[in-house]
Amino acid sequence: MNIDSIKRGIVLDHIKAGRSMDIYKSLHLDELECSVAIIKNVKSNAMGRKDIIKIDDDITIDLDVLGYIDPGITVNIIEDGVIVEKKHLALPQRLVNVIRCKNPRCITSVEPELDQIFRLTDEIRQIYRCVYCDSEKKKK
Amino acid sequence: MRHLIDITDFSVQEIEAILDLGDKMIADPAAYGDCLKGKILATLFFEPSTRTRLSFESAMLSLGGSVLGFSSADSSSAAKGESLTDTIRTVGCYADIIAMRHPKEGAPMAGSFKSTVPIINAGDGGHNHPTQTLTDLMTIRREKGRLNNMVVGLCGDLKFGRTVHSLIGAMSRYEGIEFVLISPPELKVPAYITQGLKDRGIPFTEVETMEEAMPRLDVLYMTRVQRERFFNEADYIRLKDTYILDPDKLRTAKESLSIMHPLPRVNEISVKVDDDPRAVYFKQVRNGRFVRMALIKTLLEA
Repeated sequence: MNIDSIKRGIVLDHIKAGRSMDIYKSLHLDELECSVAIIKNVKSNAMGRKDIIKIDDDITIDLDVLGYIDPGITVNIIEDGVIVEKKHLALPQRLVNVIRCKNPRCITSVEPELDQIFRLTDEIRQIYRCVYCDSEKKKK
Repeated sequence: MRHLIDITDFSVQEIEAILDLGDKMIADPAAYGDCLKGKILATLFFEPSTRTRLSFESAMLSLGGSVLGFSSADSSSAAKGESLTDTIRTVGCYADIIAMRHPKEGAPMAGSFKSTVPIINAGDGGHNHPTQTLTDLMTIRREKGRLNNMVVGLCGDLKFGRTVHSLIGAMSRYEGIEFVLISPPELKVPAYITQGLKDRGIPFTEVETMEEAMPRLDVLYMTRVQRERFFNEADYIRLKDTYILDPDKLRTAKESLSIMHPLPRVNEISVKVDDDPRAVYFKQVRNGRFVRMALIKTLLEA
């Protein structure tokens, strides 16, 4: 299967197989006017199978969202048909308006204009806590 | 500008400085009677709590300052639908410092983001109550002469008891502290707190009766099983009388034990214990006023 290579844009590589649609939605790629290719179940030496997303424009990507969903993703920035930068992600220390607090006793449940802010409190267990109420959110 | 939202916002050294100032204020209150003249404290109580509000007001008045505020959400513009942050920004134009209680967890933190004056968390739902913790630390230090190397028993509602959560967080920072957590299974300390203790290698045990823990304790911190924290009345009635401290249960306790309680109590400490020299819960109330004086002065001068 051939997908045209892009001249200027972004390639999200090493996406866990099956997660590309989540990322497509979370990054609001459906709202873009440029071409976006989702390539699923690509053979990978390291991962067995992986997904790839190619975006045919130089857009700004929220790396915190991406790092939270899948810190193993590589972000390749393409200019003039060649990779000019490879960004490796990590779990972000702080998440703003990426996930929501589900604690009904939390102030964010009654004050909708507040930013939903979480901080990474346990990197090994991948646990985030709401900065307001300390409720735990374990990364799936 | 500093706020006090969570007790761990302050370092051990900063807490020590506040406790030192509190001790000086107890020793010579007249020396501080005018030090905040012309300053205004706003007490914003979106949830009623007469004694906490009075302790803040008493503290500010004792320093020569003035107070204004409201004592329930019904009498504030929150009843008209104003957002919390708008209320805080508005009150910041009228007062130099705000003490705030709110039924929702994290409300003081949310308020602090947009506040132009220092915010003191005077209790946010079942979450934190750092000025009670300052009071508790001051009481332990005055009674024991130290804050390290002791066995601290916490008894009653350890699940919803915010004073317990804050006190564990604060005492965890001192060396040689061991916790004994005494509660029915339904009211155990939340898992994130015990996980935090495990991660930091702080020893603790969870037991269901006071008797099995009593002989080892240096401090026994009793809490009320609060009706308003239960969704179900039957659960409240079943559990409220389970953990009552009386002279009989104290037979095996150390002579040097300090019995503490954030108050108000219902019946979890028998009145027969009140005259026992180990009962320090009324001293605790007095300490609360002085430590709040020290806190207000510290935050206004920060």
